[in-house]
Amino acid sequence: MHVEEKLTPETFPAAPERATLEGKNKFLGFWLFLGGETVLFASLFATYLALKDKTNGGPSGEELFQMPIVFMATMLLLTSSLTSVYAIYHMKNFDFQKMQLWFGITVLLGAGFLALEIYEFYEYVHEGHKFTSSAFGSAFYTLVGTHGAHVAFGLLWILTLMIRNAKRGLNLYNAPKFYVASLYWHFIDVVWVFIFTVVYLMGMVG
Amino acid sequence: MSTIARKKGVGAVLWDYLTTVDHKKIAHLYLISGGIFFLLGGLEALFIRIQLAKPNNDFLVGGLYNEVLTMHGTTMIFLAAMPLVFAFMNAVVPLQIGARDVAFPFLNALGFWLFFFGGVFLNCSWFLGGAPDAGWTSYASLALDSKAHHGVDFYTLGLQISGLGTLIGGINFLVTIINMRAPGMTFMRMPMFTWATFVTSALILFAFPPLTVGLIFLMMDRLFGGNFFNPAAGGNTIIWEHLFWVFGHPEVYILVLPAFGIFSEIFATFSRKRLFGYSSMVFATVLIAFLGFMVWAHHMFTVGMGPIANAIFSVATMTIAVPTGIKIFNWLFTMWGGSIKFTTPMHYAVAFIPSFVMGGVTGVMLAAAAADYQYHDSYFVVAHFHYVIVGGVVFALLAGTHYWWPKMFGRMLNETLGKITFWLFFIGFHLTFFIQHFLGLMGMPRRVFTFLPGQGLETGNFISTVGAFFMAAATVVLLINIVISVKGEKAPADAWGDGRTLEWAIASPPPVYNFAQLPLVRGLDPLWLEKMEGKKELTPAEPLGDIHMPNSSFLPFIMSFGLFVAAFGFTYHQETAWGLPVGILGLLITFGSMFLRSVIDDHGFHIHKEEVLELEKKGANA
Amino acid sequence: MKKGLRNWRLFSLFGMMALLLAGCGKPFLSTLQPAGEVANMQYSLMLLSTSIMVLVIVVVAIIFVYVVIRFRRRKGEENKIPKQVEGNHKLEIIWTVIPIILLLILAVPTVAATFKLADVKPMNDKNRDKDTVVVNVRANLYWWEFEYPDYGIITSQDLVVPTNEKVYFNLVASDVKHSFWIPAVGGKIDTNTDNKNQFWLVFDQKATDKAGGVFYGKCAELCGPSHALMDFKVRPLPRAEFDAWVEKMQKAENPVVTDPVAKQGEEIFNKSCIGCHAVSPVDNRPEQARTAPNLAGFADRERIAGILEHNEENLKRWLKDPEGVKPGNKMTGTYGQLTEEQLDALTKYLMSLKVE
Repeated sequence: MHVEEKLTPETFPAAPERATLEGKNKFLGFWLFLGGETVLFASLFATYLALKDKTNGGPSGEELFQMPIVFMATMLLLTSSLTSVYAIYHMKNFDFQKMQLWFGITVLLGAGFLALEIYEFYEYVHEGHKFTSSAFGSAFYTLVGTHGAHVAFGLLWILTLMIRNAKRGLNLYNAPKFYVASLYWHFIDVVWVFIFTVVYLMGMVG
Repeated sequence: MSTIARKKGVGAVLWDYLTTVDHKKIAHLYLISGGIFFLLGGLEALFIRIQLAKPNNDFLVGGLYNEVLTMHGTTMIFLAAMPLVFAFMNAVVPLQIGARDVAFPFLNALGFWLFFFGGVFLNCSWFLGGAPDAGWTSYASLALDSKAHHGVDFYTLGLQISGLGTLIGGINFLVTIINMRAPGMTFMRMPMFTWATFVTSALILFAFPPLTVGLIFLMMDRLFGGNFFNPAAGGNTIIWEHLFWVFGHPEVYILVLPAFGIFSEIFATFSRKRLFGYSSMVFATVLIAFLGFMVWAHHMFTVGMGPIANAIFSVATMTIAVPTGIKIFNWLFTMWGGSIKFTTPMHYAVAFIPSFVMGGVTGVMLAAAAADYQYHDSYFVVAHFHYVIVGGVVFALLAGTHYWWPKMFGRMLNETLGKITFWLFFIGFHLTFFIQHFLGLMGMPRRVFTFLPGQGLETGNFISTVGAFFMAAATVVLLINIVISVKGEKAPADAWGDGRTLEWAIASPPPVYNFAQLPLVRGLDPLWLEKMEGKKELTPAEPLGDIHMPNSSFLPFIMSFGLFVAAFGFTYHQETAWGLPVGILGLLITFGSMFLRSVIDDHGFHIHKEEVLELEKKGANA
Repeated sequence: MKKGLRNWRLFSLFGMMALLLAGCGKPFLSTLQPAGEVANMQYSLMLLSTSIMVLVIVVVAIIFVYVVIRFRRRKGEENKIPKQVEGNHKLEIIWTVIPIILLLILAVPTVAATFKLADVKPMNDKNRDKDTVVVNVRANLYWWEFEYPDYGIITSQDLVVPTNEKVYFNLVASDVKHSFWIPAVGGKIDTNTDNKNQFWLVFDQKATDKAGGVFYGKCAELCGPSHALMDFKVRPLPRAEFDAWVEKMQKAENPVVTDPVAKQGEEIFNKSCIGCHAVSPVDNRPEQARTAPNLAGFADRERIAGILEHNEENLKRWLKDPEGVKPGNKMTGTYGQLTEEQLDALTKYLMSLKVE
């Protein structure tokens, strides 16, 4: 099928993200990119595990971490993953408005997560847990911060796509773009599940 | 937009190359810049050998020697060998699988410019206080101790930028090979070089992120007050060693698998025989790549990991010899019963076998952990990895240059000069590195800027230095050959007459769209099959029609330039007021151009059928 | 019978190679003239692996030469099309299985040796035998400190050990990573900044005599500008002489200076140098405070600064311009310009620091 073709709900393909060669390439390329990202986060996790008890006299994770905030942040991000599934569901049904709506909710939830994370970091710094204070600090902020940077980038990306395509609606040129952005969002969510488990839950247990 | 080539001015050609997304031109860019870095790294090697020609020499002393040594290794691995490998991947792989371009032409250009600016940034250090001086491995305690100048910061930031480019290149080739193969080109019909590219790209995808993470840690520690490698604050320098070698060992295969691929093509072509044991070759390639990830700690036997870890990594490492051995014998039996024509590329291929076998067997010796305590960080190791990397990779790059030069540039290289280059290089290589095995065993540690008289090391070092000059002479002959090739013999489509794979079916150099009609592939070595049936052309898989092409773009250049600017800013952010703003400005340039790329639609353009016909006629006449 | 023949062949191959390799290098430095149990084990592994590898090379070379000569395209064969062979399962299995067998032959002794070399149990025994010699090695930017915790003495640059018995080492680095290597006596181990490593060596008496009583030690990990110059020396002594040396060191707490010039030198030393350099082998300061080599018994040392021949002229050269001798060393700039007179006095003093 051709990229610039005008489509109707009837002619819109079931898998619009893979209907063109460009879409297929983007789909596969992005999956591979996420493979590389997985190794990146794996390296960060391994380092964190090696250094998490090296607090250099500063507060430990057990003393620092506050379950309520982290739990709330986790809920926000998990929900945003679900809402992005709805968005893609509507994309496949060629319902542009609903897709935009659900992506909008996704962005709001993601922004909420980011705000909580920034607040959390701010608190920690006040308690003497800084990037420069210990090996634990460096490893913690690099791991969680890299994830946070991914969230921020994902938000800007989805927002850019929504605004850019607001007036022209869906076609086979932008459908793969929306699709991979949602893939990225799911990936961020999965990484967070690991951070929540490895950093926070294991950290609370001590 | 017309695509018919006309005589263009210098400015137009330059602009064309700055904005190109054509894999063939990007191949030229990789070849030229990789070649220049190769000359630079070679010059550094020559300086090293001059310093070590006699005991207590004072040509390059102490810190300066360490800078030259570090830059020699870093340049040769990251800025010469890898981009030269990428040059051939770009030039050949899309042609070998019967594609019109790679999957992501824009990203292909971006990958190149990132590598380029990373390399330029790294080399700027020479003029800005001093180059990195902690070795290409940049072990963390020394890298953190090196505070006299910003050398190591140029290393961490430069390699992050160029590493990103490599990663992008790797993803691009994976997708290209999976999605863009011509009809009938199944995986088990792909030429060995394409297979090698495929596996190498997978290695890149999984090996580069750990390096990036390590580099980020080192950068954080040096520039932003991090404590990853500061034992006083709980850090641990061994983490760097693990991250570096988790990347560093697969990196060896990232270099050498494409070399194997190049030689597989050359052996088959000039023996006029199909590759012996093709499926076991594919299997061996995949197996080597897989095992390559399991053995990184054999670089760390003397770190004190304990006998259990050492024994496991020791045995795991030895197993790699098995698939490598399979390959060696398959090449020998490809020649067996063949009709061997000794062209310049075939000279390299033939010389590669004994040279690489010697590098390989010393690799097995090094794998024996208990004995490695003696070899480790001695000149024995220096000899070993130069046998593998020069005897394997550089031989392959020189062979590939002679082999594919006609395809890339449309002119043959002079065979006589080519053979002179070969003999000088071959003799120089063995003269330089063979004796180094013994220097190491005689107690000479590596990375020493001098040695004292009376320790029995004088003769060996002198011989080694003499050899280096032979290799330098070979390089000069190669350059002369390249210069005079501008007026050399024009190359036909099947430049060597014995071509087997698809790249030899189309004009040299190929038209911008590669294949006027995508070919139908009916087996391994598709061109050979057609030739054996008495046909001169490939069987087309589609009717002649309009061809869709991607637009050129200047954005990859700008994006990479932004990171180049940002790297400068962050390097100097601690002691200057302008550092941080410049760093942020650079990032804004990069993210800004990413934003532009995202919001501006790029649908490409079409070359119309009539134009294609006209171009094909011209190509046939040429 | 057949097996015996094979062994005989293997041995003769071993013997020839050993002969060939022994001609290489100096007995005080070369790994090919092993001078102790560790180096011997490593040397036999080297011989074993080299023999296997030479075998592989020979096989490849024979096929290679045959193929390259036999199958070259001759005149009149320009249009010859050879038979296109896909492969041969039998052959492929052969060259997969044989290497696996060869590797197993190498892997078993490798693993055994790796474990044996890592066996440091006796040194970590809480009530270890008094005769078990343990040396704490601390590597610093371009010098080595050797502490004998059981005897309460410290020396630097020259390692003194008893011969013909296991000597155990604890190894650390105080600034950047170095690596401790006495090529003739045994393979190296890194000195890390993060943790303590342990290993053992044996110094053979006969080999020591052959090497002239001294082995050369090297730093094997790039550590900065003077990495190449971070040498040390090893003086293995028969057990009785070693014990005597220890006793003398323990008693040499305060060097007595009588010569007037040396006395003058002592004053300069006490003003400018003693903050970093101790002259007594009994130094109870913590290791962070011991920022320069201990100079007890300096006059008996093998080398000045680890590299220069040991004489007064070189000592003056070193004191006058340390940077010119060892670039990047930590002594440069820690004291002012010395006059000729001061140099003479200091030299006299340092050369009077004798233990033996």
